[in-house]
Amino acid sequence: MHDFVQYILSYLGSDKTPGASGNIFWATIYVLLVFVGLSIAVIAMNWLERKILAHMQIRLGPMRVGPHGLLQPIADALKLLLKEDLIPEGADKVVFWVAPFIVVLAAFTVFVVVPFGPTHAITDMNIGILFMLGVSSLSVLGIVTAGWASNSHYPLIGALRSSAQMVSYEVAMGLAVVSAIMMTSLDGNGTLSMIGIVQAQFAQREWFLFKFFPLGVIAFTIFAIAMVAETNRAPFDLPEAESELTAGFHTEYSGFRWSLFFLAEYSAMIAVSSIAVTLWLGGWLRPFPNLLSGPTWDLAFSLVPGLAFLLLGAMCFYNTARMPKHPLFKIQTIGLAAFGAVLALIGLLMFLPPVRDRVGDIFWFSAKVAGFMYLYIWYRGTFPRYRFDQLMKVGWKVLLPTGLALLILTAIWAMRTQVWADVIIPAWTGFVDLLRSVF
Amino acid sequence: MNPALNSAASNPPVATPFFFYGLAAVMIIGGILVITRKNAVHSAMALITTLLAQSALYLMLYAPFVAGVQIILYAGGIMVLFLFVIMLISIERQQKERQFNKQWLIGIVAAAALGGLLIAVYTTTTKGILFPPVGRESFVESQNTQGIASLLFDVHSGMYMFAFEIASLLLLVAIIGAVVMAKKRI
Amino acid sequence: MHAMMEISTLHYLVLGAALFLLGVIGVLTRRNVVIVLMSIELILNAVNLNLVAFSRYWQGLHGPSALHGQVFAIFIITDAAAEAAVGLGILIAFFRNKETVNVDEVNLLKW
Repeated sequence: MHDFVQYILSYLGSDKTPGASGNIFWATIYVLLVFVGLSIAVIAMNWLERKILAHMQIRLGPMRVGPHGLLQPIADALKLLLKEDLIPEGADKVVFWVAPFIVVLAAFTVFVVVPFGPTHAITDMNIGILFMLGVSSLSVLGIVTAGWASNSHYPLIGALRSSAQMVSYEVAMGLAVVSAIMMTSLDGNGTLSMIGIVQAQFAQREWFLFKFFPLGVIAFTIFAIAMVAETNRAPFDLPEAESELTAGFHTEYSGFRWSLFFLAEYSAMIAVSSIAVTLWLGGWLRPFPNLLSGPTWDLAFSLVPGLAFLLLGAMCFYNTARMPKHPLFKIQTIGLAAFGAVLALIGLLMFLPPVRDRVGDIFWFSAKVAGFMYLYIWYRGTFPRYRFDQLMKVGWKVLLPTGLALLILTAIWAMRTQVWADVIIPAWTGFVDLLRSVF
Repeated sequence: MNPALNSAASNPPVATPFFFYGLAAVMIIGGILVITRKNAVHSAMALITTLLAQSALYLMLYAPFVAGVQIILYAGGIMVLFLFVIMLISIERQQKERQFNKQWLIGIVAAAALGGLLIAVYTTTTKGILFPPVGRESFVESQNTQGIASLLFDVHSGMYMFAFEIASLLLLVAIIGAVVMAKKRI
Repeated sequence: MHAMMEISTLHYLVLGAALFLLGVIGVLTRRNVVIVLMSIELILNAVNLNLVAFSRYWQGLHGPSALHGQVFAIFIITDAAAEAAVGLGILIAFFRNKETVNVDEVNLLKW
């Protein structure tokens, strides 16, 4: 028994991820934490999407279910769980049953390597970014089988279109990712591991977004566009838009199975946003870790998580004060005040020194990913939808050549001294000698 | 729970026989399902399972880059291609036809002979002496990608650069060939 | 029983041989061309497993940079992708003409 406790505690003092130190217990705890965190994030995304879209469209969104619609996702989840489970006639039952699980598997397994901090990943594989790109491409299989198994033509066409779109934009994503990986090798130790990429950004004192000035930004832009297309979100959501194909590949899925697709879509959004944050925006690093370093700046920046939660709590209290003063609204007012109190309490908790030192990395990473989630919702509320041929044209004729050119330019610029000395000078002198020998 | 109490070694092998036999069972069952299912989509999904289990076996063999390439290319690329083609050729008529061809018995006899040959090779020449256990020398696996890259691309120690260029030419030819084959009018 | 507890290279070779045999049976006995192609992929995977297992064995002998088996396996995966693409292209062209995907109905040189 003492050995067991010793085994559990042997991880706490080390500075490695649970995977690197081979500790199964802590790896399981991390997996459960990521699972729970992801579920909370998806629930929050559901509410945020409806409210933010509504406010962008000058309406209010769900206001009835809880205070300001805060319990709406829970009501949605209950409704989905209690719906009748329909399987279309003639559908292949085994494949129909398995398809949502493939998509969820692909969307959740990706989080094994996502780095929330220098040691806060479940494991840090040597091939982290390759693993993430590969496993997220397994969701195409789930979509194709879901469309085929429904035995109906809307889902089949929707599935084929959706998978063609995802496969096309994966190529552009891969090229942008490779050009970012090339920037990690400038110090001599290039790496594919996610934690290594962020540490390379820290060592080179610059986010890869700003590196080699236009090249990093263009790579980030290509990835940002491709990742929206990869997750079938607006403006690239022709295969699943309701007015176009009656919801595409998940037309025949209802209730719990549809909620699995929904869960997988939002998890995939968070996953590709994590890739973008890790590769270009410095991962878990706080703003200016090298420029404004030192204990006072560290202390100042470590107060930001607590202040953010206190701000959220203050917004809740403000809205409580603005609630209509009618007896029917009493429960909602009390509920909102309680929610605000919980948020403020979490904020105060984050001011305590033990929590403050550890939560900073996770907070900055989550804040950057949350920024990307807001961008996703903003795109949905702003851009009109691409037609399918326009979509494929953008993927193959615009993003792919730009990605290739970017890759070549990044490679040349990263090795510019060697290219100058070993390629251009000998070629130029050889050419001049040739001319001299001819004339 | 396997007491991997020595957390000093980097990536010590943990519960290796359990994982190996489990993954081997998944692969064999997947292989049997591939060759015996009537429905081609079921075969394709069994093959996907086999490929993913094989990728996990590559991880156990301390080959993470090959595992990643297997997931991306094989499970995420080739199997999607197979599924697309199976759906384009809607073969519902196929499932009512005969699945195994006329010379199935001779095929199985030939495969059994091949199996006997392999067993003879494994039992007479090796006797288990030449093959040390796989997980015992645990090299730092953080240099795997760098090692493969140096074999492929390095000027001094890379011997597969020519093969790499030929492989890219092969892929170009394959793309052109597939497009020409599948077009309706050239 | 202790001998079975240590996974040696021989275990991987036997597993590779078993998969190879399953693939050979699939190629020789099935009528559906797509399943024959999938059995060929099984065969290629078995060969890959052999190569990577031997690469690990070589790493025990010659140090951590003896990765030739893994490089060979990567080339085989690339080659399998090209071959699957061309094979399926041929299948589509063939299906368009004759409306069947059975191997034993391709028995005329000209139709």
